[in-house]
Amino acid sequence: MKIDGVEAGQLGPNARRQAGLVAAPEERLGHAAAPDMSLVENALLSGAVRKGLVRGGFVDWSGTRSFAEGIVKEFDVRTPGTHVAARALSGGNLQKFVVGRELSQAPRVIVINQPTWGVDAAAAASIRQAILDRAADGAAVVVISQDLDELLEIADSFAALNGGRLTTPRPVAGLTIEQIGLMMGGAHGMEVAHHGH
Amino acid sequence: MLILEKRPSPSRFWQAATPVLAVLLTMVAGGAMFAILGTEPVAAIRTIFWDPLFGEFAWYLRGQLLVKAGPLILIAVGLSLGFRAGIWNIGAEGQYIMGAICGAGVGLAFYPDGGWFVFPLMVMAGALGGWAWAMIPAVLKTRFNTNEILVSLMLVYVAQTILSKAATGFLRNPEGAGFPGSRNLSRWQPSANPELIAGTGMHWGVVAAFIAVIFAYILLSRHILGFQIRLAGQAPRAARFAGVSPARLVVLCLGIAGALAGMAGLFEVAGSAGQISIDFASGYGFTAIIVAFLGRLNPVGILLAGLLMALTYVGGEMAATNLRLPSAAIQAFQGMLLFFLLAVDLLSNYRVRFLLKRGVA
Repeated sequence: MKIDGVEAGQLGPNARRQAGLVAAPEERLGHAAAPDMSLVENALLSGAVRKGLVRGGFVDWSGTRSFAEGIVKEFDVRTPGTHVAARALSGGNLQKFVVGRELSQAPRVIVINQPTWGVDAAAAASIRQAILDRAADGAAVVVISQDLDELLEIADSFAALNGGRLTTPRPVAGLTIEQIGLMMGGAHGMEVAHHGH
Repeated sequence: MLILEKRPSPSRFWQAATPVLAVLLTMVAGGAMFAILGTEPVAAIRTIFWDPLFGEFAWYLRGQLLVKAGPLILIAVGLSLGFRAGIWNIGAEGQYIMGAICGAGVGLAFYPDGGWFVFPLMVMAGALGGWAWAMIPAVLKTRFNTNEILVSLMLVYVAQTILSKAATGFLRNPEGAGFPGSRNLSRWQPSANPELIAGTGMHWGVVAAFIAVIFAYILLSRHILGFQIRLAGQAPRAARFAGVSPARLVVLCLGIAGALAGMAGLFEVAGSAGQISIDFASGYGFTAIIVAFLGRLNPVGILLAGLLMALTYVGGEMAATNLRLPSAAIQAFQGMLLFFLLAVDLLSNYRVRFLLKRGVA
């Protein structure tokens, strides 16, 4: 596993970030964000490395605050301010904050799990657009989602995970629902049954 | 009916008010306990909280306040870092004892020749001794996933056994006519930790405690390590996502707490205790746990909590001698403080609502 030629398979989370990876885990509260910490502190949580928010071991809190405020503004996070605890946000707004935090770091590789879970249609559209913008800027994007329509809308290639095996990725263009059904059912790599003798 | 409602954000007002409320509740419940024991409750509370500050012997007792608060604050600041990260070092008492033995050992090794350098070396040896003792639970936890609560606590009893060996054996004063106890370090100038300003009780241990408070404050509010400590305690999974290594935090937090507790032990043995003796361990390491929580694991809070706890020590001793209260009653009184604090702590994260049940027609 390489990011821009850097061997990344054995690296820790922050070294991977240094190499250009950002990730949005599925569980927002408790994994992607610390529930009792403010949005400013949560912005530091994964943004410290790529946004250069730590200098000589000391946290640049004013830089972190403006990073958090930028996320809130750009991704339309509805909150009284960046001082509130992450747990005070609604699920959809925390989602926007977490996804926004990762996408605002000029990433080279994006791994994002359920990007639009629990957000309203307008916000979902703007999150998808933000992902597409990063891809247009040259980032590699892996979206993991249970929403097939979403995947077919934004993805270039599609693969299904079944019984611990990932199918060969196939271009989305020309992919039919029937083929997807076979991939998800685990029928990949099998020969089509022969009828009659 | 009484219901609890989780607040969206922790209440800042109650975070500051709960320690005060806990002290008041302790006074009420403690007063009731003193009354049952047959002591006038108001007199007992006044002896504990008022007399050491403004009473007849305040000129002496005020100095005692810093003498007692110094080690409590120094140990509690170290413990609070671990407690914030969810690392439960309950064995500061053992680290305190081992620091004292190591530091005293270095001092005694130089006796009777020595110079200004003896005391700084003793401080370093004390810190190192406490650190090494804390590394036992740290390494066992990171290597074999043992429970640091049990290991650190059990090591207190090992340290106490080593202490009595030291007092009666390898550190015993060879000119002490066979009595247990080491040479008196506070009476030998190169190793003494004297009062720096007469009458204030201020010695190097108190200075170190104040410095530790400032360092911990900066660490927690400005340094990335402080952020990682807080994050690991609040949301362990998010901490791993942020690249925090749990093992590194365990080693660091236990190490800092052990070194500070060891230094506290050294300042005590070279200062107000004066020598390694069988009864040197006086429970500072355990009381510091109460101080850490009473101070909300916040360095400035710990400073105030340490002074308050020192007050109950000094005042408690007064009450024990003047009012003939059993010393166990004083310890119960100090324990109540932690009990009530943890109980009213609920208010900072929850709102209490009274629901009146309307009668159905």
